Amino acid sequence: MTVLVIAEHTHTEIKPSTLNTISAAQKISSDIDLLVIGNDCGAACAEAQKISGVRKVIKCDHAEYAHNIAENLTPAVLKIARDYTHILAPATTFGKNLMPRVAALLDTQQISDIISVEDEKTFKRPVYAGNAIATVESSDDIKVITVRSTAFDKVPAEGGNASCEDLDAAETSDMSRFVKQELSVSDRPELTAANIVISGGRGLGSAENFHIIETLADKIGAAVGASRAAVDAGYVPNDYQVGQTGKVVAPDLYIAVGISGAIQHLAGMKDSKVIVAINKDAEAPIFTVADYGLVADLFDVMPELTDKIA
Amino acid sequence: MKILVPVKRAIDYNVKVRVKSDESGVDLANVKMSINPFDEIAVEEAVRLKEKGIASEVIAVSIGPAPVQETLRTALAMGADRAIRVQTDVPTDLGGVEPLAVAKCLKALCEKENPSLVIMGKQSIDDDSNQTGQMLAALMGWPQATFASEVSLNGDSAEVTREVDGGLETLAVKLPAVVTTDLRLNEPRYASLPNIMKAKKKPLDDISAEELGVEFKPRLKVLKVTTPPVRQAGIKVDSVDALIDKLKNEAKVI
Ligand SMILES: Cc1cc2nc3c(=O)[nH]c(=O)nc-3n(C[C@H](O)[C@H](O)[C@H](O)COP(=O)(O)OP(=O)(O)OC[C@H]3O[C@@H](n4cnc5c(N)ncnc54)[C@H](O)[C@@H]3O)c2cc1C
Ligand SMILES: Nc1ncnc2c1ncn2[C@@H]1O[C@H](COP(=O)(O)O)[C@@H](O)[C@H]1O
Repeated sequence: MTVLVIAEHTHTEIKPSTLNTISAAQKISSDIDLLVIGNDCGAACAEAQKISGVRKVIKCDHAEYAHNIAENLTPAVLKIARDYTHILAPATTFGKNLMPRVAALLDTQQISDIISVEDEKTFKRPVYAGNAIATVESSDDIKVITVRSTAFDKVPAEGGNASCEDLDAAETSDMSRFVKQELSVSDRPELTAANIVISGGRGLGSAENFHIIETLADKIGAAVGASRAAVDAGYVPNDYQVGQTGKVVAPDLYIAVGISGAIQHLAGMKDSKVIVAINKDAEAPIFTVADYGLVADLFDVMPELTDKIA
Repeated sequence: MKILVPVKRAIDYNVKVRVKSDESGVDLANVKMSINPFDEIAVEEAVRLKEKGIASEVIAVSIGPAPVQETLRTALAMGADRAIRVQTDVPTDLGGVEPLAVAKCLKALCEKENPSLVIMGKQSIDDDSNQTGQMLAALMGWPQATFASEVSLNGDSAEVTREVDGGLETLAVKLPAVVTTDLRLNEPRYASLPNIMKAKKKPLDDISAEELGVEFKPRLKVLKVTTPPVRQAGIKVDSVDALIDKLKNEAKVI
């Protein structure tokens, strides 16, 4: 069995989700190749060669790969896909967008968002917003899989010594064209990789009030998340959303402030190690998953908490 | 311009699912079923394009056993012009029809109906696969714009803002194309009673999966379905000081 992992990267750096995905791949086989498709991605490839557990880095470098256009990336993956028994990518918006396209053209039923590898054809994955876990067995020759990063530890970014091989670019098309991006810039840790996450909900009441969350986050080096209601109300950008249809996080500490705890929100954070909930409604469902609950008005206790912590 | 909108019948998002004690699946007996929330957003978007005079016809499609007709009637009541049900006895929930097979049915329908745009949900809230739209686009050789929070059509292309992990990204895709919806694309309307009545008279055609040449033999066998480890509710603390003390000395996370 040989596994191909599709790297998620920024052309200059490998993203942490790739390290979690390689860790899932190691549960299948030790023959793991890493495909880096990008534009001027030499730096990312050099980093990739050092990752522990990688046999070979395959570099596919072309100007048309500057943006992750699935329509262009797919033919590159398909050039080598049939050399592998398993093809894995992180279940981030990158992998979710790309992999079903690859799977369909291989006539394979993709296995989404796995949280465990039982054996080379059997996997566990959450369904129904994480309220059930399905164990599924694939009968396809090539298994196309996306991996939930929080369920697998990262492999070490150093210590490996993989070779690097060039792959010619595949044919590209202009049916899909990149126009622009508006990425959130922040000095805070990345939401899905942070040790501490503080999320705010509708209880914050306004975008201005969200600084209450941000001030505490900055004091203790936490990432900032939000419920869907907070995003919909325009308090914070969409990429802050934690939940079934947003990001899945599992930090050491998750602090939910003014969040009721709808099942769709819980789906994205209930695997956190320690959960704290601050809510003025003692009956809020968030308290059913919280290790420590504080029934209080957030506007009273958050300044005090920020003041006294650390 | 024709728009095709695939809609799935799924467990209502408010229902707390229960896993069956024999671990064969989740209990759907007497459980409220609804149109998958993302598909409701897809119907709304298509109907708005029709109301703006951009689309000429909105066709809702659902694949599954007889009850999916209710889901199609919902789409018709929201403003779709007609509906097609692809008949199969295979259930639509987990272990039933799979994204690849659904995409193949949709491909056959696209070849028949020649829509300029397919708008569908990014994800079903039961199997949480997030695959079908991308698969359909691949099988048709069409571009895809997934996780859309804004769609604007200009002539033979669509400009779509996508919700990605880092923020927002805008793509221009040539038509025909597949767009999958994210939550913030729009707020779906409620169907009014007169429109619900009118929907009963709109055409709803049946076509069998065999006629489309699609088989539903599952590729992924569901061996079992279990309840995730239940988190024990912890304790309530009565002050900020007590909370900090617990986090420092008991949980040791700060
Ligand atoms: C298909 C679908 C997908 C979804 N996906 C997601 C998802 O990925 N993530 C997500 O989060 N949601 C998701 N949702 C939405 C979800 O169902 C809830 O609507 C949402 O999580 C509610 O957000 P909230 O807790 O901030 O708001 P509310 O439910 O309104 O809760 C606000 C809370 O704040 C408390 N509060 C108010 N004022 C104060 C105060 N001064 N001090 C302390 N507490 C206060 C209230 O007691 C209340 O509990 C999804 C819904 C659907 C249908
Ligand atoms: N049985 C079905 N009938 C019609 N549309 C479907 C069906 N299954 C999935 N879809 C469409 O595919 C989207 C994504 O579903 P999934 O890939 O299962 O997460 C849904 O939001 C629907 O638009």
